[in-house]
Amino acid sequence: MKKPVFFIAFIFFLAFMILVAIGMRPFGEPAISNMDDYFIENAQAETAANNVVTTIVFDYRGFDTLGEGTVLFTAVVGIVALFREVAK
Amino acid sequence: MIGGMSRIVRTMTTLIFGFIMVYGFYVIAHGHLSPGGGFQGGAIVASAFALLLVTYGTSQIQSFLSKDLLSILESTGLVLFITFAFLGLGATFFYNFVSNSGGLFGTPSAIGVNPGDLNTGGTITLMNMAVGLEVLAALGVIVLTMSVASETIHKKEKQ
Repeated sequence: MKKPVFFIAFIFFLAFMILVAIGMRPFGEPAISNMDDYFIENAQAETAANNVVTTIVFDYRGFDTLGEGTVLFTAVVGIVALFREVAK
Repeated sequence: MIGGMSRIVRTMTTLIFGFIMVYGFYVIAHGHLSPGGGFQGGAIVASAFALLLVTYGTSQIQSFLSKDLLSILESTGLVLFITFAFLGLGATFFYNFVSNSGGLFGTPSAIGVNPGDLNTGGTITLMNMAVGLEVLAALGVIVLTMSVASETIHKKEKQ
């Protein structure tokens, strides 16, 4: 009873994914590229760093990195709290 | 990992360990010039800690890797990162106030394709070091805590 349902759902999901993959834009040609152009043109002059990816991660979108650091800190706090009785 | 591993593994670890540490700190320090950065370099250094742990076992590693020291380093890294973010508050939060100022890490970068100068980047370089310190200490604390806990549980089950 269960298996045909899963099979049909799988067929639908696969067809959906293939349709999406066919309709995807070609690589390297985004619809709106204003922001990319700005970063590529001005990042080196504004922040004096060669690596534009690091420039975006640590300067233009520093809040993102702050969140990542907080997530890592919270993970450590959780693990130390979990094993505080055992590792005494 | 209760005991240590054989003499062959220990010899290879002593050979390789320093190179892994140096490579990790290289990736952290060159985060603003080459692929990589604080997170990636910190993970490489933490993998060196994991190698030490696997080779020497939980009981011996506590003599040369202190969990409390790593815990302090982790907090220091995150506090330094937030401090650099707040120091730019004259303009905005996360403003790069050091770059193009002429001081330490303040040399203006050449525009276009160039081999790169280590003394550029401003707060990006400093934040890379802070985040690298945080990540290497955080992953080290995770690995050490879980290994000590698993050994304690193993001992209790034996009794």
